[in-house]
Amino acid sequence: MSDDHKPSIKPGPAPVHGLLAEYDTPGQILHAAKHIRKAGFTKWDTYTPFAVHGIDDAMGIKMTKLPWFTLVAGVCGLLTAITLQWWTNAVDYPWIVSGKPFWSIPANVPIMFELTVLLSAITTLVGMLMLNNLPHPSHPLDQVRRFARVTDDKFFLMIEASDPKFDDVETRELLAETHPVAIEAVLEDRTTAEKLPTGLVYGLVIVAVASVVPFALAAKARYTKSDSPRIHLIQDMDSQPKYKAQRENSFFADNRATRPAIDGTVAVGDARDDDKFYKGKEGNTWARTFPSQIALTEATMDRGRQRFGIYCTPCHGQVGQGNGMVSMRADSLAQGTWVPPSNVTQANLREMPVGELFNNISYGVRNMPGYAPQIKTEDRWAIIMYVRALQRSQSGSVSDLPPDARASLK
Amino acid sequence: MAISDVNPFEAPPVGDNMFARITDNVSRIAETATPPRAWYIAFGVAQLLLLMFFGSLGYVIWNGIGAWGNMMPVAWGFPIVNFVFWIGIGHAGTLISAVLFLFRQNWRTAINRFAEAMTIFAVVCAGIFPGMHIGRPWLPYYMFPIPNQMNMWPQFRSPLEWDVFAVSTYATVSILFWYMGMIPDFATFRDRATTTVRRVAYGIVAMGWRGSSRQWHVYERAYLILAALATPLVLSVHSVVSFDFATAQLPGWHTTIFPPYFVAGAIFGGFAMVVTLAVPARQFFGLKRIITIRHLELMNKVIMATGLIVGYAYGMEFFVAWYSGNKYEVFAFVNRAFGPYGWAYWTMISCNVLFPQLHWFPKVRTNPWATLAIGMIVNVGMWFERFVIICTSLSRDFLPSSWGYFVPTPVDLMTLGGSFGLFFTLFLLFCRYLPMVAMAEVKAFSPAGHAHGDH
Repeated sequence: MSDDHKPSIKPGPAPVHGLLAEYDTPGQILHAAKHIRKAGFTKWDTYTPFAVHGIDDAMGIKMTKLPWFTLVAGVCGLLTAITLQWWTNAVDYPWIVSGKPFWSIPANVPIMFELTVLLSAITTLVGMLMLNNLPHPSHPLDQVRRFARVTDDKFFLMIEASDPKFDDVETRELLAETHPVAIEAVLEDRTTAEKLPTGLVYGLVIVAVASVVPFALAAKARYTKSDSPRIHLIQDMDSQPKYKAQRENSFFADNRATRPAIDGTVAVGDARDDDKFYKGKEGNTWARTFPSQIALTEATMDRGRQRFGIYCTPCHGQVGQGNGMVSMRADSLAQGTWVPPSNVTQANLREMPVGELFNNISYGVRNMPGYAPQIKTEDRWAIIMYVRALQRSQSGSVSDLPPDARASLK
Repeated sequence: MAISDVNPFEAPPVGDNMFARITDNVSRIAETATPPRAWYIAFGVAQLLLLMFFGSLGYVIWNGIGAWGNMMPVAWGFPIVNFVFWIGIGHAGTLISAVLFLFRQNWRTAINRFAEAMTIFAVVCAGIFPGMHIGRPWLPYYMFPIPNQMNMWPQFRSPLEWDVFAVSTYATVSILFWYMGMIPDFATFRDRATTTVRRVAYGIVAMGWRGSSRQWHVYERAYLILAALATPLVLSVHSVVSFDFATAQLPGWHTTIFPPYFVAGAIFGGFAMVVTLAVPARQFFGLKRIITIRHLELMNKVIMATGLIVGYAYGMEFFVAWYSGNKYEVFAFVNRAFGPYGWAYWTMISCNVLFPQLHWFPKVRTNPWATLAIGMIVNVGMWFERFVIICTSLSRDFLPSSWGYFVPTPVDLMTLGGSFGLFFTLFLLFCRYLPMVAMAEVKAFSPAGHAHGDH
């Protein structure tokens, strides 16, 4: 088996290892096995090209311990899976998924099953090799030419010389009684070196030591600090060939990657030089009249009411009295941090110029945020028009009604 | 080394007894210096396809998975279709080697070795697709629970993570089972070796196996345990794959029928691949004495039986969709059959349900070439089954505003075609260098292998 053919290690003729008998059929080997077992030998074995049915009983082979190995490995696999899933997903880094419990058996069953099977299967193979003393590189039988057919079509039986009942002559006679095709003495192996070649041993040691080096380097890196960025074997999108805003760029005289706008640049949509429409101002004072772009029509009023309903009622309420749902809820919580929204129909707001109302809606007031980004300019004016109508409706008197409506009140 | 025009395996095997003839019949395939010309042609084609596979994968790695046709709403597209297709193929091997072993179906010995090989090569092909589909194929280790400085662990309650464990366990156990089965046959190759290279190479993998009965005893017990472990495993793997779909809320995926339906489909498709490989293999490698017409007929019966289960599942899906009273569910199935992917649906139905019915006729199921043709048709049908499940369900879900239509790119088609190159390259190398048939097992179940009445 071993490949290095060294000269004999020990001088002199090799001692006998055992006696080998050859048979042609599985029936003959079964018969022979029963015969040898009856004779009371202990150190003997049969060698066959396939597992001969009934040979275990004929030889008296005891049931192997292998299933116990598998069972222990299976339980270990199960426990590993339970511990792994519980510790990683429920303890070390609890995963929050749709409010599900961190640890629940059903969702973890598949991996418990897989790891149980995996460890059992690996252990079964390794256990089989271990119990069979494999790998087994060299054996005295390898020197017997006829024994090569054991993996092909012939059946063999060998009684070892180390058996207490072994006797060169008597055992040979006993084997002859089983009608073998041939009987041959097997000599001890004197051609294969007892030990592994020194070069191979050193080679294996070097490989074993070298294989630890990457792990040692990883462990060292784990506990040391470094100023240089980590090595990116694959760049992903971490570094891209471009300059980011606010970074340095020596290409420009001012060393800025961000280029400032050239003087006099007007961005698209930024030409807003109508102060009355965009800022609610006439010179340095708030505009007291609506800008000319806003038509005093039923349509504008409807638009204002609709926008008011969307953006203002949550806090200010349906008629603007400061009793919207948000405000009522905040009051009921009574946390003391809530600034109540204004009643838009109160006197000071009735007097407030439309330009100032426009400014307050656009940029906010106290804890009310600015709505300029959400409500278009025309719509802010339309809302103010509707607010004016609300103010009028809340502060009017009977004399404000037209005569026919006044008559219907009576 | 000249390529012979004559198939060297046409001649009857050498040997003065049945065991020797079995040994010779199988071993000479791996020992010949000149395999039949068909092997070279097949290997050349497989190499070209393999080149295309690596080319298309390289293109996808360099340019990103935008090179594929995956686009919202069909984000899974070809890669997952191909993954489920290949992983399904693998199931027949384990079924033959483990389940049929437990059921004492001794005819399995003729075909189990290369069915197991097919399993492993199919799982290799399958594993590449999700590995690429993650988008950054250089980060697959994020799928495994590896300690890291961020304490980021996989989400163990996700079916996709179950998949990682199920498929890698399945691959490992299949390889262990396959390797253990080959140890005695490696020893045969070692003992017949005429060159030092063969003697050393097969000697190392045979681990010094000498056929001791005390070793056979432990070996047989180990084989039985592995079969008992692999049987629930093979059923679990495709069930877990089906969970990827069944636990989603998408109409057409969210069904409890999926695990048994997927497992039956996997066995169906896997057996179809076994006969697709077995018919040319027995023809070109002179294995007609070992893989007989009876074996093909038995496999065809399995194909027919599982085909009927699959057909039943197709019908039951429609019934449950209607019976559920859920209009989205009903729509998903009506759309499947009569929507824009109707062509794919009816391809699937005819390949998987109609054509296998030809096996009711003994003349068809005992004819190797008819077997081969129907095997190939079923393979096509099973690929379309996965395409139909994934693409029709994703392309039209709840909101019509988010509907779409999946169209594969040329890169998609090259990756699919190329994966067959990988599969066949591995399979042809297996035929050339490893024991294609489990010689020891075939001998044990041959008429001469029985000891009774001999003395």
